Amino acid sequence: MLRFILRRLGASIGILFAASLLLYVLVINSGDPLSELRESNAENRETLMQRRIEFMNLDMPWYMRYWTWLVGVGKCFTLQCDLGTSRQGVEVNSLLALAAGSTLRLVLLATVLAAVLGIAIGVLTAVRQYSGLDYGVTFITFLFFSLPVFWAAVLLKEYMAIGYNDWIKDPAFSPLQIIVIALIVGFLMQVFLAGTIKRRIITFAVAAAFVAVVIPYLTWLNFFRYPQLGFGGILLLGLGVALSGTAMTVGLRNTKVLYPAVATVVLGAIIYFVTFGLLESPNWYILIAGAILAVIIPALLGKYMGGHLRGPAMGVSIVTGLVMAALTAIDHIFRAWPGFLLLKPRPIATIGSQTPNFAGDFWESFLDKGTQLLLPTILLAIISLASYSRYTRSSMLEVGQQDYIRTARSKGLSERTVIFRHAFRNAMIPIATIAAFDFAGLIGGAVITESVFGWRGMGELFRTGLTQVDPAPVMAFFLVTGTAAVVFNMLADIFYAILDPRIRV
Amino acid sequence: MTIEKEPVEGAAVLLAEAEDAALARKDSTSLSQGQLIRRRFIAHRAAMISTVLLVFIALMAFTSIGYAGIPGWWGKDYTMAGTVINGGHPTLSLLPSWLGGPGLAWGEHPFGQDSTGKDYFALVMRGTQQSIIIAVVVGFVATVIGAIIGAVAGYYRGWVDAVLMRLTDLFIVIPLLVLAAVLGQIAGRSGNPTVVLALVLGLVTWTGLARLVRGEVLSLREREYVAAAQAMGATTRRVILKHLLPNTIGVIVVNATFAIAGAILLETSLSYLGFGVKAPDSSLGLLISQYQNAFTNRPWLFWWPGMIILTIALSVNFLGDGLRDAFDPRQTRKAKRRKKKVEVSE
Repeated sequence: MLRFILRRLGASIGILFAASLLLYVLVINSGDPLSELRESNAENRETLMQRRIEFMNLDMPWYMRYWTWLVGVGKCFTLQCDLGTSRQGVEVNSLLALAAGSTLRLVLLATVLAAVLGIAIGVLTAVRQYSGLDYGVTFITFLFFSLPVFWAAVLLKEYMAIGYNDWIKDPAFSPLQIIVIALIVGFLMQVFLAGTIKRRIITFAVAAAFVAVVIPYLTWLNFFRYPQLGFGGILLLGLGVALSGTAMTVGLRNTKVLYPAVATVVLGAIIYFVTFGLLESPNWYILIAGAILAVIIPALLGKYMGGHLRGPAMGVSIVTGLVMAALTAIDHIFRAWPGFLLLKPRPIATIGSQTPNFAGDFWESFLDKGTQLLLPTILLAIISLASYSRYTRSSMLEVGQQDYIRTARSKGLSERTVIFRHAFRNAMIPIATIAAFDFAGLIGGAVITESVFGWRGMGELFRTGLTQVDPAPVMAFFLVTGTAAVVFNMLADIFYAILDPRIRV
Repeated sequence: MTIEKEPVEGAAVLLAEAEDAALARKDSTSLSQGQLIRRRFIAHRAAMISTVLLVFIALMAFTSIGYAGIPGWWGKDYTMAGTVINGGHPTLSLLPSWLGGPGLAWGEHPFGQDSTGKDYFALVMRGTQQSIIIAVVVGFVATVIGAIIGAVAGYYRGWVDAVLMRLTDLFIVIPLLVLAAVLGQIAGRSGNPTVVLALVLGLVTWTGLARLVRGEVLSLREREYVAAAQAMGATTRRVILKHLLPNTIGVIVVNATFAIAGAILLETSLSYLGFGVKAPDSSLGLLISQYQNAFTNRPWLFWWPGMIILTIALSVNFLGDGLRDAFDPRQTRKAKRRKKKVEVSE
């Protein structure tokens, strides 16, 4: 295995090198960097040209320019990167440092969101192939798949951001709106839960009635300006996750898995109180440490309480632990929301990656960045969500026809076990490749998204670099995205080899 | 698709054959594989609607303003500026008079006018032409290259696979939009920007299909029927073309349509960013980029091109879905089997 990984690593570096050479040559041949100076009639035209030639090394032949750039990048191994200067003479290092953070934040968040939601939707539609749900979701994913990003962005800005910002000033629902929302939610719930006509009608009625009661209640609480989750909410939701996780993997009657999951919820509830003061104004290290603990503690619980079902017990407990941690964080975020609304009365922004001169505590600036991220992330996630759900669906259907699935059914395993333990795992093999592709695709999507939302991120770096025929910023952009793509690709290959030993890579 | 020759596929194929036989008996004539596929495709409602829509849009785009010097039936040119009438509002009306509307009318400027008085219908139709040409060329080039490279790499494995896959990786490492933008800049300087743009986009978008076909072929080549074919003395060419590629036809067809839909979105995105089709020529992406700020005052300048991109891409995707169901009846089969099961259990 190690030899395989090392070989792949060597190949990846070679590819990165070849790709950089290709891109460099293409970029410097894409136009004339001095064109607008040639046409200008400024008095100091010659000196301006001379300076630009110096900044961009235009007096060298192309291979020397590339070599100079490569040597600069090579210094990264001694932690002294030199990515060259842009044509205005600005160090690209500093440009990249400013740009990379916001773009990577955007892309990573969108990838995770899209993968999780897309795979879930794909499995659901494959299980209910040719049902109303399948047709509905298929149509919606096709719609998402066909959406031009830049066009959808303008619509999102117009309807979602501006609409929500106007609404949050005085959040209220008219009776008509409540009825419509209740009917829609009821309809969706019966589509999702399916079953016989009678069961569908009951689901519809219960869901609609629930919404019709909850919305006025939340409005009465002024939840939308003063949201709260509270201890009870966390406990209930945590238990819900523990129970449904157990039900999905081994079934509720199996206490070997159920007990560690419930124990995780109880421990999480205790930790909620213990860390309450600490989390009032935390920092990133505390949050990351918390997240790590939220994996380790449940894993240990699952390992020692799970007995012979240690594997699923650990899985369910870890998911429950992470959800408990997330709920705790959400509770604190909810507490910061009213103060945040005072600082930023129109929360969802349409321009920029953060509000300039925003002064707030940790949670408030977290919310600020979050609300700025919201629209671009939704946009990016929507687009790759479609491909994840499509591929998962077709992969699940493909696997569902294999003989071993029929064997599993015919030896009397429950549908749940067949789907999650036999079909799902094998269906995930091709998805690993899609994820690697998708990341590179999302970076491309980010270029458009950043341009629509006016972010000063890496996409902007690339765009201006290319229009000005300036290789240094373009190559800096490539260095980050290319390395990320190589790493993701390699992970996918290794994953492939681990998941399916039949495939000799 | 030579399903009859591959008995190893097992019960799924037997069932498929039984069903096909039943279909054939109904008409009391036997049907060829191609006829069966055609029938299944025609039975797919969404795909048929999409086909009609696509043909309609393509006919509109090419006949209205004409192409390559041949004049069309629409008198106005997309480069001709004029006086702005009625704030450039669109004159198209679809509400018939008995519903209180002005009746089905085409009017002087059905899609309105832009700020310089150019006829927006002509501009949008020109953009649609560009998008369709680019999409078809890209889809074709990318599918042929991708399928062949993927199949060869998966079949031969070893160093052939290594070389071809590293070549694919080379294209995957550079984000598609980035590579396309750089090539688009270069294509923009050539004599015929649209066709050159389409060709270079085709040369960089085959990688996804190549990897997927390779993955399929890697597992297909381990099946017994391939070994059987080889044992009977089939040449490599025959094994790849007759046994392996037909069995990956689902992946290829779905990806060809996705490639076409993707190409439309890629071209419009590039034009939106300023690296694709450039003014004074027209492209749907370019139009949106020019008029995105007109949304509040003159929304039609924003809606028309966007809706057309969306309609084309959506139709192509549905078309691919229909083709997949037509080519690969095994998936449909399963649904019928399971439905029967549910009926029995109730």
